[in-house]
Amino acid sequence: MNFEAIKSIYLFEMARLQRTLLQSVISPVITTSLYFIVFGTAIGSRIQTVEGVSYGSFITPGLIMLTLLTQCISNGSIGIYFPKFTGTIYEILSAPVAMTEIIIGYVGAAATKGLIIGVIILATASFFVDIRIAHPFMMVLFLVLTAITFSMFGFIIGIWAKNFEQLNIIPMLVVPPLTFLGGSFYSINMLPPFWQTVSHFNPVLYLVSGCRWSFYEIADVNPMISLGMIGLFLVICLSILGWIFKTGYRLRN
Amino acid sequence: MASVVSIDKLTKTYENGFQALKGVDLEIEEGEILALLGPNGAGKTTLISIICGLVNPSTGKVLVGGHDVVRDFRQTRSQIGLVPQELTTDMFETVWSTVNFSRGVYGKKPNPALVESILKELSLWSKKDSMLRELSGGMKRRVMIAKALAHEPKILFLDEPTAGVDVNLRREMWQLVEKLRASGVTIILTTHYIEEAEEIADRVGVINGGKLLLIEEKAALMKKLGRKQLRLELTEPLKALPESLSAYNLTLSDDGTALVHEYQGEEGQGTIASLLSTLAAENIHFRDLSTRQSSLEDIFVALVGEDA
Repeated sequence: MNFEAIKSIYLFEMARLQRTLLQSVISPVITTSLYFIVFGTAIGSRIQTVEGVSYGSFITPGLIMLTLLTQCISNGSIGIYFPKFTGTIYEILSAPVAMTEIIIGYVGAAATKGLIIGVIILATASFFVDIRIAHPFMMVLFLVLTAITFSMFGFIIGIWAKNFEQLNIIPMLVVPPLTFLGGSFYSINMLPPFWQTVSHFNPVLYLVSGCRWSFYEIADVNPMISLGMIGLFLVICLSILGWIFKTGYRLRN
Repeated sequence: MASVVSIDKLTKTYENGFQALKGVDLEIEEGEILALLGPNGAGKTTLISIICGLVNPSTGKVLVGGHDVVRDFRQTRSQIGLVPQELTTDMFETVWSTVNFSRGVYGKKPNPALVESILKELSLWSKKDSMLRELSGGMKRRVMIAKALAHEPKILFLDEPTAGVDVNLRREMWQLVEKLRASGVTIILTTHYIEEAEEIADRVGVINGGKLLLIEEKAALMKKLGRKQLRLELTEPLKALPESLSAYNLTLSDDGTALVHEYQGEEGQGTIASLLSTLAAENIHFRDLSTRQSSLEDIFVALVGEDA
């Protein structure tokens, strides 16, 4: 293992976070605060409780997941797409670094950034609503696994994308509907049976449900199934990455 | 001398079907400066990219220091430094951080003293805290070299190093190349500027159409392929060549004021003396004489064709 290389890539990516502090940390905080004001306070005050939890508290785990997902995908994809776009990737590809190490460096940094922002959102939320965490260990596990999985997913998008349009199409067009329809703002029990079934095909449902269970012990699906699904997504991403570094797809061709 | 890079029947066909290399064999010797000449699209950059690990070969084998570039990439790549053709830099990084990053990615422990000496050598020390986007093209080129040297490579690839570089920087770069060679670094450079190869290379390889057309000691190449020309400016114009001069490969200029004798490398030694004495015997006098040796450029053009 070339640990110096992993460290260098990781620290390089984290330094980028420092430079772009305003857009990478402050903007998700403002966005989330707006969600709390609009959904939690304005509309939420008319919705008394969902499954025994105040509406503002109910949406918090979903909001954290939503931010974590988008941040990890965008950090993971930009981190590798940008050097590909500017051409500086030549250096990493000609260095004595295995693809595994490149991935650990980039995905590790993207996941760390996502988690830092997740924690900041959690702290912000506690200003607006009551937060109770029933299973802190499980919460950390859900968040960390999600962060790693979706940073990998972002990394795959970054390698696949040939232009900025392709880079943005999944984070802009695919992720928001999935997160909005994945039970971030409601329990799927409120939906008609048909749409409940459809929701089970939405991967985000399992993430949000598992995360909400670790807070309030209420869940749309069994938390162990949620954990299993996250594990499955992780394995899928790992397999795609394995194929990418075996074939040199869009990197060494 | 031992060969430090050995290339065996290397081919590369890109996904779009373009065959960039069509079976290249090449031994690069330790400590030499090898210049690879060739027109655009000849396969120079593909060849370098395969040796450095940027592009996967289609068939054939490349060994660096006895290790396979695909299987033992850690051993091979850690010995190689690459200065690519394009100026690609992280615009928002400082000179200091980008050069230290290069060292780290190559798995070397931080060594600020070494990085400092490299930056000083390349006259970059005063710019160490500048962001790369603030630097001129020439300065960026120096940064690229500093990055390639940060992990103390044994083999340095310079892909078109002096494209778009002013005369001063070019001269400084050649001094640096000489210095690196003196410290035992093997240097492979590709170039369009034939004078450059002529000036600093030990050996010259010519690539065209994905094939290595020749590889030869520069001096031997010049000797073997270089034509020489002796030009005599006559005091009185001649109407025709006298019979006694027909044995020499001579041409008379249109206005009859100059005689031009063409010969290959060494063969001229004996004939020139007898030519001159024959001229004296024929009472043909000349007021000036000049000789000219064909340059690598002429050799190159003759090899790859006029359209190169």
